[in-house]
Parts: sequence; structure tokens; C-alpha cells
Amino acid sequence: MKMTIISPAFAAESEQETHETVGATGGEAHHEGGFPPFQQENFAPQIVWLIGIFGILYLLMSRVALPRVGGILENRETKIASDLEASREMQAKAQAAARANEENIRLRREEAQAIGRDAQQKIANEAAAQRTRAETEAAEKIRAAEARISAAKTQALGNVEQIAIDAAASIIEKLSGAGVDKDRLVAEYRNVKSS
Amino acid sequence: MSAEETVSQPNPIEQFELHRIFPLEINGIETSFTNASLFMLLAALGVVALMVLATSRQAIVPGRIQSLAEMLYEFVANMVRQTAGKEGMKFFPFVFSLFSFILIANLIGLVPYTYSVTSQIVVTFAFAALVLTLVVVYGVYRNGLGFLKLFVPHGVPLPVLVVLVPIEIISFLSRPISLSVRLFANILAGHITLAVFGGFVVLLLASNGWSFLAPVPLLAIVALYALELLVACLQAFVFSVLTCVYLNDAIHPGH
Repeated sequence: MKMTIISPAFAAESEQETHETVGATGGEAHHEGGFPPFQQENFAPQIVWLIGIFGILYLLMSRVALPRVGGILENRETKIASDLEASREMQAKAQAAARANEENIRLRREEAQAIGRDAQQKIANEAAAQRTRAETEAAEKIRAAEARISAAKTQALGNVEQIAIDAAASIIEKLSGAGVDKDRLVAEYRNVKSS
Repeated sequence: MSAEETVSQPNPIEQFELHRIFPLEINGIETSFTNASLFMLLAALGVVALMVLATSRQAIVPGRIQSLAEMLYEFVANMVRQTAGKEGMKFFPFVFSLFSFILIANLIGLVPYTYSVTSQIVVTFAFAALVLTLVVVYGVYRNGLGFLKLFVPHGVPLPVLVVLVPIEIISFLSRPISLSVRLFANILAGHITLAVFGGFVVLLLASNGWSFLAPVPLLAIVALYALELLVACLQAFVFSVLTCVYLNDAIHPGH
């Protein structure tokens, strides 16, 4: 053991003192009364004071210090845990708010799109209605105009026949010199044309 | 460490002498207040200053000394929990007092001109006897005769037990001796070594022509001092860990 270190130190300076073998370690002692840690008259005062001092220390530790330090540590732990819990709650709240906000934005966007679509639809409908109305009007006008034209045409054609009858009658009159019955002329003409 | 050494006669064991500061005797028992008592008191006051005064503010965010106190608390608490289990925590105040007292006493003893309380076999043996008494008393109180299972390891065949039980008993009985001598011898040897090397410095300085060698043992002292700081902490730790191990035996004697 380490005790061997002692021996040369003892040997170096063991002159005048009484040699004395002490204890199980076999170390040499050379002070009056022996090696201090093994002097029996030193035992009692040390033990008495040790018991007193260690006893008081134990009481102070177990009654005051350790519960206090334990309390501090526990306090800190609960504080940290509750703070973390609170922050987690806040985070959850913030996330919920963000989700609600997004949902809201989505709804509003859909609404806006619907409004846009409706407006477009309405405008398209109106435009279509106006076009059809304009088209029917135009068609009516065209029809009326065509009727007028065909009436004018028939009238004009009727006039042409009369003019032709008159002209034919007068030509025949001039050529033959005889009077011409216009009705008979027309009937004859119709007869010739149909055969 | 040794205080006033004469140049011719450095005395490495003078530092362990007990000086009666107030001689006193009660009922035939000497209860003198000695230098040992003084440094026991200082060590205890050091522990109290650390654990009671420094934590008086009970700050959520600790200061330096308070966090030192908390570290010590958690260190010992973990040690007890790991070695002696949850049930061992009822001995936590005891182990803590033991560890902190021995640690502070060891550290104070390393300051020059102080007295090392734990360099006295009677002190370390008193602690060891206290621990072992506690182990036996609690072991019997908790387990009754079942405490004797401590000497009968579980699952060992009968022929082996015949040999093993006496060995277990001897090892149990030698515990207070090994526990006390380990701490005592380490501290004693360390202090003697430091004083011897200190003596070498003095002797070399006083010698003719060899004084230039004086820094060599001085450097050795520096290195040894670092080692002794380690030993001071380590031995306090070893003492308390073994205390926990023995208490664990008292709680669970059947292994």
C-alpha cells in the first residue's frame, strides 16, 4: 500500500525518539506517545465532537437543506413543465387560428369566384338575349321588306301584263285595223300559253 | 500540512498531532475541543454554508453557489438512487451528510496549515461503524431473520454454500475495517507524501551545493497536490458509494 512511502521518511529522522510499533500497519512512530492517529487518548475527544457535529449537520441537512434544495428543483421542474405546457397550448392555438384563417381565405376566394362567375354568366346571358332580340328584329324587318318587295314585284308584274295586253291590243288594232276585245285576247293568250 | 518545521528536522507526521484548544472532561470522558474538533466544525460549517445559506434565496434561476449546491444534491441523489434503489432514498439525507462532510473535510485538509479530519482512523472508523450499524439495524428491522440471506447467495448449490457462507460472513465483518482504512490511509499517505516532499525542498535548500535541485521536489509537490485533490474527491465518493451498496444489501439481502 501507499504506507510504504512513510518508512523512508521515518527512517530519515528517527534518532532521539522512542520507537514504538503501532497498529496493524506496522508503521514506526516517534513522537511522544506514538503515531498521532493511533494514540488512544486522542480517540475520545474526536469521537465526542464528531458525533455532536455530524449529528447537528445531519439534522440540518435532513430537516432544512435537502428539503429546500429538493423543493427548489421540483419548483423549477414544475415551472418549466407548466411553461412548456403553456407554450404548447399557445402554439396549438396559433396553429388553429392559422388554419381558421386559411379556411376563411379559401371560403372568401370561392365566394369571390362564384360572384365573378355569376357576373360573367349574367353578362353573357344579357348579351345573348340582346343579340337574339336584335336578330329577331332584324329578321322581322327583313321579312317585312321582302313582303313589300314581292308585293311591289307582283304589282309591277301585273302592271307589265296590262301594259303588254294594251300594247298587244294596240299593235293588233294598228295591224289589222279592227277593234280588239281585250278580254278575249287575254283568254286566247292564256290558252296559247297553257297548251 | 506541517506548519513549523525546523530546517534540520522536517517532521511529516507533526501535522496529525492533536492539540487541545480547550481541555475539557465530562464524566471521566475527555471531551477537549481540539484542532480536530475545530476543523470538523469548519467542514460542517462549510457544508451548511453551501447547502443552507446559498440556497436561502430559493431562486428559480440559480446563482453560482446555489447551482453548486443543486449539483451536489443531484449527484448524491442519483448515486443513492442508482446504487440503493428507490427505497434507498430514505437514507439520502444520511449519505448526503456523509459525502458532503467527508468531501469538504478532505478539501479543507488540503489547504496548508489546516488539519485533516479524515486522516484520523478513529474518525473514519466511527463513520464506518455508524454505516455498518445502520445496515445491520435496518436490515434486521426490515427483513427480520431474512437479513441472514445476505450470507447465502441466491441459486448456489449446497456444497458450494458450505465454503461460501463463511467467506460472505468474513467479508461482511471486514467491511467496517476496509471502509475506514481505505479513507484514512489514502488521506494520511497523501498528506505524509506531501510533507515529505516539502521536507526535501527545505533540506535541499539548506544543503551546501545541492540547493539548485530544490525545485524538483517542489514540482513533485505540485503534481502530487493535483493527485491529492482527486483523491480527496474520489475517496469521499468511494466511501458514500460503498455506503449505498451496503445499504442496498440491507434493503435487498437476497441479492
